[in-house]
Amino acid sequence: MEKELRLMKGNEAVAEAAIRAGTDGYFGYPITPQSEILEYLMEAKPYETTGMVVLQAESEVAAINMVYGGAACGKKVMTTSSSPGISLKQEGITYIAGAELPCLIVNVVRGGPGLGTIQPAQSDYFQATKGGGHGDYHLIVLAPASVQEMADFVELSFDLAFKYRNPVMMLSDGAIGQMMEKVWLSPQKERSKTVPGWATTGKPPTRERIIITSLDLDPNAQERFNQKLVAKYNEIREKEVRYEEFQLEDAEYILVAYGTSARVCQKSVQLARNEGIKVGLLRPITLFPFPSKRLNELAGKAKMMFSIEMSAGQMVEDVLLSVNGKVPVYHFGRMGGIVTAPEEVVEFLKSKIGG
Amino acid sequence: MTEEIIIAGFGGQGVLSMGKIMAYSGVMQDMEVTWMPSYGPEMRGGTANVIVILSSDRISSPIIKHFDTAIILNQQSLDKFESSVKQGGILIYDSNGITRHPERKDITIYRVDAAEEAGKMGNPKIFNMVVLGGFLKVKPIIKIENVIKGLKKSLPERYHSLIPMNEKALQRGTEIIKKV
Repeated sequence: MEKELRLMKGNEAVAEAAIRAGTDGYFGYPITPQSEILEYLMEAKPYETTGMVVLQAESEVAAINMVYGGAACGKKVMTTSSSPGISLKQEGITYIAGAELPCLIVNVVRGGPGLGTIQPAQSDYFQATKGGGHGDYHLIVLAPASVQEMADFVELSFDLAFKYRNPVMMLSDGAIGQMMEKVWLSPQKERSKTVPGWATTGKPPTRERIIITSLDLDPNAQERFNQKLVAKYNEIREKEVRYEEFQLEDAEYILVAYGTSARVCQKSVQLARNEGIKVGLLRPITLFPFPSKRLNELAGKAKMMFSIEMSAGQMVEDVLLSVNGKVPVYHFGRMGGIVTAPEEVVEFLKSKIGG
Repeated sequence: MTEEIIIAGFGGQGVLSMGKIMAYSGVMQDMEVTWMPSYGPEMRGGTANVIVILSSDRISSPIIKHFDTAIILNQQSLDKFESSVKQGGILIYDSNGITRHPERKDITIYRVDAAEEAGKMGNPKIFNMVVLGGFLKVKPIIKIENVIKGLKKSLPERYHSLIPMNEKALQRGTEIIKKV
């Protein structure tokens, strides 16, 4: 079957890709700027075709706990929200991580803190990559930078989630959610008929019961579990780093940016190169695991690095840790729902290099 | 080829849908496209704008500050975006309701009195298609036939009977646009 070309919003692409990936259940609650995901699914009625459940829960907290339940049954389940809603989901997310269950959570980020603004931001980086909820855990975090990736990363997320039995987050933002671009959609996949061995589906007399829990009152057993998680995260760090390089071959100055900021920075690179400044871009596609090794290598060749993000400076901490003092690192970016202009990045760059 | 366009006017004037038709038409012509609307409080009653980028190459930033073409449909938008047109770029405006006309000398200014024309044609709703026709006259980056294809793709079937009317409006736009 061939891929199908559509012109869609990023939010719609997530919804359509979820149906086509053979998702078993979607549980959500509306919030700008991601409400089109739920709206699209309700209009598409996949429960009449693939059998996918689409449910508007009574709250974000209910939605994430429905995901917890669905995941415990071995189903491909997901939820989506935007920043304040994702904060509400954190208890459920840490329980899912603690129970080692696969699921997809999409955050179409808006400005914060608090209710903030409905315009795009990247101020949830810490929350997404450093835990978010309590306890020692990590999500696998993918950062789409186009409508195409909003679609493609749905299936990738589920693959990674089931491979590692770990929740995966797509960290998008209001700009990518709201804009329309061309997208090539994969053909419809059937929903899986096989049930993973760890899933709770009812105990037959022929085997021991399966328990899914995030509780262990024996500290020694809990520590062994924590060590198991650490080993899993290290394996993910080893095997799942993804990034894209743009004009880095001869770059003296390196921009590091993900999502919408990476798109902005591609233009900044072109503008700066028109003025003879040798700039390149590294775009992390996975934010956890972070492309630290590659940045450390590049730090040996570059004069300066710049973390460009629509936040007060969050990813910059991972860039600093990655280069470990090899090269000066600066942060720049607009906040409060304002998307950084490509020219502003070039101006900042010039102010630091004194050109 | 890359064309960076902003369309700005009142909410309800068909600003976003004009952009959408452009984007669909671009897809019909195998171009890369982005359509980035202003969303949220501005849309509810105030001004609405959309950035459309059409390109033969991969598109970088979907959100930009300077444009090859600005299509301006009310005074507020003229005040806001006249200075955002790149030197040597194009500004197209409808003079309906405009009290301060564009003044820049380093860009080419076109006027298309689409609101008036759509009224004469007996259907104020096709106003945005008259404007689009005007744009395609001065920047023929998309073929009219691809616009029609784009319309067929973006409109629900029940509205397809309106396509000939839209085609006429596009045609009228190409005829009435004039350099200022």
